[in-house]
Amino acid sequence: MSIINDLSADVAPELAQELGLKLDEYEHILEILHRTPTVTELYMFSLMWSEHCSYKHSRKYLRLFPSEGEHVLQGPGENAGVISVGDGWAVAFKMESHNHPSAIEPYQGAATGVGGIIRDIFTMGARPIACLDSLRFGSLEHPRQRYLFEGAVAGIGGYGNCLGVPTVGGEVYFDDAYEGNCLINAMAIGLMREENLTLATASGVGNKLVLIGSTTGRDGIGGASVLASQEFDEGAESKRPAVQVGDPFEEKLLIEACLELLHKNLLVGLGDLGAAGLTSSASEMASRGGVGLDIDVTTIPQRELEMKPFEIMVSESQERMLSVVVPENLDEVLEICERWGLLATVIGEVTDTGNFVVRAGDEVHAEIPALCLADDAPIYDPAMSRPAYIDEKAAFDVALVKKPDTVQELGKTLVNLLASPNICSRRWIWEQYDHQVMCNTAVLPGSDAAVIRIGNTGRGEMTNHAIAVSSDCNGRYVYLNPGRGAQIALAEAARNVTCAGGEPAAITDCLNFGSPEKPEVYWTFYESVKNLAEACKVFGLPVISGNVSFYNESFGEPIYPTPVVGLVGLLDDVEQRCTMHFKDAGDTIILVGETDDELGGSEYLSVQHGIAAGEIPALDLELEIAVQDAVRAGIREGIVKSAHDCSEGGIGIALAESCIAGNIGANVALDDELEATSSLFSETQSRIVVTVANGDVERLLDILSADNVPYSVLGEVGGDRLIIENKIDLSVAEMAEPFNSSLEKLVAGE
Amino acid sequence: MRFGIVRFPASNCEQDVAHAVTYLGHDYTYIWHQDTDLQGVDAVVLPGGFSYGDYLRCGAVARFSPIMGEVQRFADGGRPVLGICNGFQILTEAHLLEGALLRNRGLKFICRDVPLTVEASCDWLDLPKGTQISLPINHNEGNFVCDADVLERLRANDQVILRYAGEAPNGALDNIAGICNEKRNVFGLMPHPERVVDPLSGNTDGQSFFTAIAAMMQEIGA
Repeated sequence: MSIINDLSADVAPELAQELGLKLDEYEHILEILHRTPTVTELYMFSLMWSEHCSYKHSRKYLRLFPSEGEHVLQGPGENAGVISVGDGWAVAFKMESHNHPSAIEPYQGAATGVGGIIRDIFTMGARPIACLDSLRFGSLEHPRQRYLFEGAVAGIGGYGNCLGVPTVGGEVYFDDAYEGNCLINAMAIGLMREENLTLATASGVGNKLVLIGSTTGRDGIGGASVLASQEFDEGAESKRPAVQVGDPFEEKLLIEACLELLHKNLLVGLGDLGAAGLTSSASEMASRGGVGLDIDVTTIPQRELEMKPFEIMVSESQERMLSVVVPENLDEVLEICERWGLLATVIGEVTDTGNFVVRAGDEVHAEIPALCLADDAPIYDPAMSRPAYIDEKAAFDVALVKKPDTVQELGKTLVNLLASPNICSRRWIWEQYDHQVMCNTAVLPGSDAAVIRIGNTGRGEMTNHAIAVSSDCNGRYVYLNPGRGAQIALAEAARNVTCAGGEPAAITDCLNFGSPEKPEVYWTFYESVKNLAEACKVFGLPVISGNVSFYNESFGEPIYPTPVVGLVGLLDDVEQRCTMHFKDAGDTIILVGETDDELGGSEYLSVQHGIAAGEIPALDLELEIAVQDAVRAGIREGIVKSAHDCSEGGIGIALAESCIAGNIGANVALDDELEATSSLFSETQSRIVVTVANGDVERLLDILSADNVPYSVLGEVGGDRLIIENKIDLSVAEMAEPFNSSLEKLVAGE
Repeated sequence: MRFGIVRFPASNCEQDVAHAVTYLGHDYTYIWHQDTDLQGVDAVVLPGGFSYGDYLRCGAVARFSPIMGEVQRFADGGRPVLGICNGFQILTEAHLLEGALLRNRGLKFICRDVPLTVEASCDWLDLPKGTQISLPINHNEGNFVCDADVLERLRANDQVILRYAGEAPNGALDNIAGICNEKRNVFGLMPHPERVVDPLSGNTDGQSFFTAIAAMMQEIGA
């Protein structure tokens, strides 16, 4: 056998450049191979060394994240991170972006985003039990944005609903900053017994490589390099063929078959074929196991004629898994796959050469040290500079805008905010998702965080434990102050989980930014990562998995820097869960935390005045933790009947939402001595509105005082109006109607 | 009392049904769609999901699964067969129930709790006529249709078991949410009673569905 030399030394650099490899990267390839690369090799390198697969612009600073903690069973570096949740149970979770495919073809882009993240989860040996989706679009005033939004929601539902995995949460923001480049970040969570933790590793010379699932076609060729690692421009539409098409039916069969294979201990390793297809999964598995692989592309079932070896190796056809099987187990593996109606084909084997060899029969089309492909991508340390806009925007004087001051004007403002795109009810979205299947969803979407009971329903393996999950990021905050904005994303995710009764345990993240090759963008990335890492350390929260998505730009304009945090918290007892809605007339309403005059970067400024500027709210991490600990203690004692965090729209919106959700009024007074607008709509952090029965007020105040947590008793639940002394007097019905119906109207273009 | 829960490829509510029946103290057996043996179960449930991906008409492929011949014989013998959601769709495709389920009016998947009225009883449900209950729906194709003759017959024979109270969320003809066959032993419905058996969901209106059949079977057994 000899290498097919299908490239001459003068053509190879041209192809390398076309595929997005930089000159020094090409020269590094020559050093690795000691010869001119073949076409197949160049494709493989270009994908594995693309930003999307290699993290070459982010790796240096991702190391700042803490990744260890008492619950962590598997940190970053695998398909997903895993934490222990008690009694031998563990959850795997990760968040990943599918932004660029979705910006071109929203239904399939979002659907395959869900498919990809779900595969990352069951690859670990975990049964997927929940999905969350973090979405960003431009203003719904534009028809194209409505098309993208509607398509993405339908795609997420169309895929996830078929799998029987409940979609329980997430968030969506609309802002012009995302008009040319929407964000679709999907997070999945899976459940397993600790002993079933499986790694994507190839080992055992002579073991068989078995490809399971769909046939391989030309779809998605270059997805990672063409789509995910470049900015958008006028040619974006022509990249549509690079978007993959999902088949959730096949994926459902893959989940069942792979979990059966893993639980019967029939696999040595399992990896999914995501970005860069077989090239990526095979080289990463080989690299982790320190072995070589020999693959014959002619054995791979193909759905198109005359596919070239390089096309087969980089195809991103969906719903495919690569497994490593000892020869004795091969028959049983093939038999199980056949029972599930899945193709399973031996495509090669594990070798001791350390080389990743790609053959077509006797012709060798690639022979690359596996380690170099997976781990030798260059690590860049891009230039960074603080953008000038930061100081300009921060200097904006909020005092200059005209604010409402009569009860009538304030009421109108509150209703307007309730109906605004970033605050109104998300019911229109989550009613298109199956959020109940598996019978473990204990707190439905629409509250601060979803709560999922731990256990395999129907298998007699139930527990009282539960997890609370939330994803958060206010991109406007991060734009105005990248460091603090990223910390607020974490603080809010933790606060949401706390409001549901969960103790924050670990996070995943999806870091969405513009081009890392622009110093001003890179500075925002660095600031966000550095400060997020610091906040994680203060909270004691490890980052166990994550994803970086760069080049989120269109026509040269980057999106708001958007580091989304996905947080999982633990509840010992699912009965100790808490929801946001006001429960019973007569309950006392208490604000934990205190309100400052912080309208900078607020939803109020954005909605009422079209302004995205000002100093964003301060964040005192020690206070934040004290507030959360105290509220959680109250929930665990069973005295806190509702808890809702104050975020976008301030305490005015928080009170209104708790009234609407509980279909009951409240009568309160805010004694913060701020002017009315600030009092109602200031977005001061570290605040949670809780209710307790009258007899428990003293007990809660004791808990708060013991930890020196500031609070104020606001009033009580009851009636059918929200009355905020001297500020607001609205019926629950006149708040509920715009809040509940707004999104559907916005989507309809009304 | 042992329930047989048929698993088609991409059934996805089988564990929910299993959870519901075990919660109520009964046993269950999963039955593989390619098998031709119902293993002596007392009742058969076709669970929700997306059998064969439902890329064709929902249930149109599943009705040809080998197990469906046995289900047909089981039903012909007067034994209880329940189809929930996709299971209901399969039962109509298999002509064990009349009518068909079209795409929802509004063309969107709907997952929400809906109010329902009990219109009649069958082996699966013995709540008095007129009882108001709340069950979750979770489907893209729940828009029940049938021709005028069939509708008249369904009404005349009291085969309409459940109706959506108020406006049908999916556009179903005559607000029909669940029907049975003439012999009243085959029952199909779009809502998911199995999801509201465990009180974790905050609703236990689904319990009466499974307790009714269990009680009746016990009587037969005794």
